[in-house]
Amino acid sequence: MARVTAETLSRKQREISVSEFFAKNRHLLGFDSLRKALLTTVKEAVDNSLDACEEAGILPEIRVELEAARGANRYLVRVTDNGPGIVPEQAPRIFGQLLYGSKFHSLKQSRGQQGIGISAAAMYGQLTTGKPVSVESRTGPEAPAYAMQVMIDTNTNKPKAIGRRNLPDWHLDHGTLVEVELEAKYLKGRQSVEEFLHQVAVANPHVTLHYRSPNGDTDSWARTVERNPTAPREIKPHPHGVELGVLMKMLQSSRHKTVTQFLSRDFSRISPQLAGGLAKRAGIKAKARPNTVARQAADALYKAINDSKTRIRPPSTDCLSPIGVQELLAGLTRGVRAEFYGVETRKPAVYRGNPFQVEVGLAWGGDLAGDELAKVLRFANRVPLQYYAGSCCITKAVMDVSWRTYGLTQSRGALPSGPLIVLVHLASVWVPFSSESKVAVADYDEIRKEIKLAVQTCGRRLGQYVKRKARARSEARRREVFNLYIDEVVNSVEAITGKEQKLFRERLLAISRRKTELAGMLEEAKGAAGEDLETCENVLVVDPDAAPPAADAAVAAPANGKDGPPEDEAPDEVLPAEGLEPLDDLPPPLPTEPERDPGSQLELV
Amino acid sequence: MTADRLKIPASLDAKAKIEFLAKKTIAMARREVDPFVDIPSRTLSNVTFSKRKKIIEMGDATQRRSLFNLNQARKYMQTLLVARGCTQLLDEQKTTSIRDLYYMSKHTLADGKENTFEGQEESDPIIEDLEVTLGALREELHLFAAKRGSVVGPLTLVDAGDVIDLSRMGSGGWSVPGIVEPDTIRFVGHGAEFILLVEKEAVWARLNEDKFWKRHKCILVTGQGQPPRGVRRLLYRMVNELNLPLYVFVDNDPWGYYIHSVVKQGSIGLAFESKRMAVPKARFIGLSSFDPGAYDLSEDVSIRLNDQDRSRAKEILNYDWFKAKPWQREIRNMLRAGVKWELEALSSKGLSFVTEEFLPKKIADRDWI
Repeated sequence: MARVTAETLSRKQREISVSEFFAKNRHLLGFDSLRKALLTTVKEAVDNSLDACEEAGILPEIRVELEAARGANRYLVRVTDNGPGIVPEQAPRIFGQLLYGSKFHSLKQSRGQQGIGISAAAMYGQLTTGKPVSVESRTGPEAPAYAMQVMIDTNTNKPKAIGRRNLPDWHLDHGTLVEVELEAKYLKGRQSVEEFLHQVAVANPHVTLHYRSPNGDTDSWARTVERNPTAPREIKPHPHGVELGVLMKMLQSSRHKTVTQFLSRDFSRISPQLAGGLAKRAGIKAKARPNTVARQAADALYKAINDSKTRIRPPSTDCLSPIGVQELLAGLTRGVRAEFYGVETRKPAVYRGNPFQVEVGLAWGGDLAGDELAKVLRFANRVPLQYYAGSCCITKAVMDVSWRTYGLTQSRGALPSGPLIVLVHLASVWVPFSSESKVAVADYDEIRKEIKLAVQTCGRRLGQYVKRKARARSEARRREVFNLYIDEVVNSVEAITGKEQKLFRERLLAISRRKTELAGMLEEAKGAAGEDLETCENVLVVDPDAAPPAADAAVAAPANGKDGPPEDEAPDEVLPAEGLEPLDDLPPPLPTEPERDPGSQLELV
Repeated sequence: MTADRLKIPASLDAKAKIEFLAKKTIAMARREVDPFVDIPSRTLSNVTFSKRKKIIEMGDATQRRSLFNLNQARKYMQTLLVARGCTQLLDEQKTTSIRDLYYMSKHTLADGKENTFEGQEESDPIIEDLEVTLGALREELHLFAAKRGSVVGPLTLVDAGDVIDLSRMGSGGWSVPGIVEPDTIRFVGHGAEFILLVEKEAVWARLNEDKFWKRHKCILVTGQGQPPRGVRRLLYRMVNELNLPLYVFVDNDPWGYYIHSVVKQGSIGLAFESKRMAVPKARFIGLSSFDPGAYDLSEDVSIRLNDQDRSRAKEILNYDWFKAKPWQREIRNMLRAGVKWELEALSSKGLSFVTEEFLPKKIADRDWI
């Protein structure tokens, strides 16, 4: 039996650490079930692609393909984007190094907050199938496209590029393709890949999405907004937003020489003067080096920062990038076939030093099922949240609203029922997730209140519309009843007088018209407290009678978590943007790059 | 925009009144007024008890019924349908039951779902509405309710041309028609000294079998419970035309008191007909709540008052026409005793006790209210 050396032991420890890391953290990383593993892989790849495109100022066009691979429960996930591409030297680190980069020293609204991203998916794939992740990329027309495989060396925990070669005829001028084979399970319905992509399409109207399922079904969402969202600004953390542990880490890693410099330069809203005051109150010498501050002193500093007597201005909020009113309407109309759309963007607010902003969209009527509970679509920084709806602050805020006021039915402590979709988007530099799994928003009073206010504003407009509709119906019914009885009255009077009473009949019908209009006007006057829906730019009403049939119904895709359209009805082609009728009301799209044909550009071989 | 109250001239006959209503309706439409009828209210709040005439009279309150009011439109339409039906009866010189009129007026509306009337209980109140609106009696509209009630006694009359001797009517008696106006019923002669109205048909049959009417020279009438309009109108005519006193013989309970009250003063619902049907001189001969004591009836045949009896008794205590001292005494005595008595209770003293002892003694003692 060979003697165990320190070297072999450490190697063994590393080997264990990689596989153990996954075993222990599956649920945190989103790989705790075969079905969720597929979703998480798609989600990480899509988030990565979108962030890359937007940062480079490119309108994203993303293709997601799922294929069954050889072997039970084996699938291939292939995601292609038209982003800036990756230089070959960086690719291994991006796809093969776990926990690459850390975010506590600067804050910025972005999709991926975990810093785990695609590399976790790649590692999961490698651990379950033994196969490396495949990458193809090109950074521009002049640069050659290349292909490589990235393998994670479990001995060293380091990524390794294998089989790098150039691709002379790559199909894109720039972009990246990533392919992961993994153990997974493909199911439609709630919390599926289809649902995720559909929700991405709703919250990101500037993205064109193509999808092919393992069954060969295809789906496409053409962009309806020709403009990327404004790039969010980075800001330094606000002192109220950091916890003790983070503060200590920041002290250790600060590159500043003194504690006062550290406080005033690594945080926002702390002046050198305030920094001095804080240090003094914590009993730390102003000139002390940050990495010499001991745990107790750090604790004192933390308490000084959060003391009620310490006055620190709230953080600036111009670092946020909301979806926007028109963009949200564009997203809703391309993803949901409804009759009434209403959206609201709140002004930015702050929770615990973190700026955040709430946006809400409602879609009501149309193709939505009327006998079910309303569906809540939750988004954090444009990313759909698909799990743990019940414990999420967003769901609770939607339940807090009394929907009966707006003409909907609602049981106590439940979501309203009716043909309704409630979309809530929370944009923040630091979204407070309720757990490490990052699928539900923690319940902060400030956030819940903002969501509730936004939902109520939309709800009021919906209520106004629903009531007006009911009024129109009752007016029609009233006139019907009167006209029905007028017949009998005229016949009776004719029989009594023994004469035909044509004029009498006409006059009664005229009174009936006048009376029903009058009644309608009176009720209109009663309900006139609300705003004018016709001129309100937050509202879009699609006349159900004027809607074009068939054509764009296919775009509605797997709404409501139900299965997609039957195979023979599935659209084979990308639908042109003109097919999306309801968007006529939107402002003309901003001029952009010369027209590209999405179909030919993203043709896959 | 309130239009003046729609008044229908009392001087017109029934047919002309309906025509007047129709023409007014046309005129309203011409003036772009929402067509309506004003219906006198048939409620307790719209009746008064005339101390002078001793009858219940209807007040002036009316309720407007409009075509273009969603809650009233259907009833307005029905009112005109009933008016039309009556015109048809008047034109054809036919008389029919209110049930027939319901069938005449019932049909499905143009929408294929709704009927003009869904049942007779919907058309009956509309008929009464039309009567009060037009100020025309049901008989004048050629309508009658299902007939009820019987008469025997020393009276000869002509009924639709047939001479009928009411002393030769066997055990069933002459049944009272729905309409007893002079053009149908005419009195020829009589040998009676008074009229006796009996609430219960069984007791009436008992009296008839004993030929009580023969020995005591009376006209014996039953209305089988609350007397229908035909019986009340006949009583009115007999009292006024034959100049006979009327005794009312009912159960000792609030419902019995009220039967007597309707005969004597008229009813709330038909207050507009009091002057043609009420008999203020009618006398309540029994059963009084004091009779069981006076005639030594056994407690065994009494019935305990229930909650409904008590609340009804308290209700009628408050009616103006029960405010007279004897009545307050009578009703309070019943409430105090806590029991009610049916007419049949008298049979416990022997089958012919009522004919041989009770009624002769009550009349001789002038023991009535």
